[in-house]
Amino acid sequence: MSLAVLADAALVLLVLGLALWINAASRAFPAVVGYVAFGLLLALAWLRLSAGDVAMTEAAVGSGVTGAVLIAASVRLRAAETEAPPLAAAPPALPLRLLALLLSGLVTAALAGLVLWTTGPAPSLADQAVQHLPGLGMGNAVTGVLIAYRALDTLLEKVVLLLALMGIWSLAKDRYWGGIPGPSRIQPTNGALILLARLLPPIGIVVAVYILWVGAAEPGGAFQGGAILAAMWLLVMLAGLRDAPAISRPWVRLCVTVGPAAFIAVGLTGFALPNGFLSYPDSIAKPLIIAVESVLTLSIAVILGLLVAGPPEQEP
Amino acid sequence: MMLVGNIATVVLVSLGAVFFLAGTVGLLRFPDSMTRLHALTKADNLGLGLVVLVAVWVLTQLAGATVTQLVARAVWRGGGRS
Repeated sequence: MSLAVLADAALVLLVLGLALWINAASRAFPAVVGYVAFGLLLALAWLRLSAGDVAMTEAAVGSGVTGAVLIAASVRLRAAETEAPPLAAAPPALPLRLLALLLSGLVTAALAGLVLWTTGPAPSLADQAVQHLPGLGMGNAVTGVLIAYRALDTLLEKVVLLLALMGIWSLAKDRYWGGIPGPSRIQPTNGALILLARLLPPIGIVVAVYILWVGAAEPGGAFQGGAILAAMWLLVMLAGLRDAPAISRPWVRLCVTVGPAAFIAVGLTGFALPNGFLSYPDSIAKPLIIAVESVLTLSIAVILGLLVAGPPEQEP
Repeated sequence: MMLVGNIATVVLVSLGAVFFLAGTVGLLRFPDSMTRLHALTKADNLGLGLVVLVAVWVLTQLAGATVTQLVARAVWRGGGRS
C-alpha cells in the first residue's frame, strides 16, 4: 500500500515538474518533446485512477497525434526562431505575473476546498448508468456512455475533427488546392525506417481491429483503434513508401465523411422508429453500435492521418 | 515448483533493474549523443528483456533499433555535434 502511495507521489511530482520545465523551456522543439513525454505520464496517471479508456486516448491522441502535429509545426517555425527569439523578447511585467499567480492560486484553492470540505458522497448517476448497459450489449461503461447516453457529444467530437481537417486544408495555396498534402516524401530514405514501416503495419492493423472489437467490454473503442490505424498509415508515409493521397480523391472525401454520416443516419432512423434522435432500438442495439463504431474508426483513422500530413503542398 | 519460479522471477527482474540503472546512469553521464544512444539501447535490450519476455519486448526491439538508427543518422549529418 505504502509502496503504491510512494509510486503515485513520484508520478505526481514528475507530472508537475515536467509541466514546469515545459513552461520554462525557451525553445519550441524541446518544449514539444517535453509535451509528448508529459502526455505519456498523464496516461500513466489515468491508468492509476483505473480509467483505462482515457489513458489510451491520452497516449494515442493527446501525446501521439498532437505531438506529431506540434513537432511538424516547431520544425517549420525553427527558421523564424533562430532569426529573432520571440519568447524572450518581452516578459510580462512583475505586477501582471503576480496577479496571474494570485488568480490561478485562488482557483486551485477553491477547487481543493470544494473537494476536501464537501460532506457526504458526491452526487453520482453511475449506478443508474451501469444498470441499463446490459440492454445495450455493452460491458464497458465508458463506451456505453459515449455511444449510447452521450451519443450527441460523441457525434459532435467527430464533426469537430472534420472541421479541424477542413481548417488545415483551407491553409493550402490556391494552385495546390485538391493536391497532395505535405512535401513529397517518396525518396530513398533510411533502410531501417522502411523495414519498420513494412513489418509493423500488419501487427498494428490487427491490434487496432482487436481494440475496436474489445471496446464493447474492456478499455478500447473507435477513437483508440482509429489512432493506431492512423499511426500505421503515418509510418508508411514517413518512411517514404507512399505519399499521402491527393485531397480531391473521391475515396478520401468518402472515408472522411462516412463515419459522421453513418452516425447521423442511425440517429435519424432512431427518430423514426423508437423514441427519438440518436436512440437505438433495443433488439439490434449491439450490431448497430458495432457497425457505427467500425465506420467511425475508419473515418477517425483517415482524418487523424490527414491532420498530421498537413495542408496540400503539391499540385494534384 | 512455485518457489523455483519465484526465485527465477526475483533474480531476472533484479538483473533487469540493474541494466536499467546502468542505462540511466550512462544516459546522464556519457559525453556525446552516440555513447548515450549506446547506453539507452543496452537498457532497452537486456533490461526490458529480463523483465518481460513477451511480444512487447520484440516490438520494443524493433522500434528501438529503428529510432536509434534515425537519431544516430541525424547526429552524423549534423557533423557529430551532440
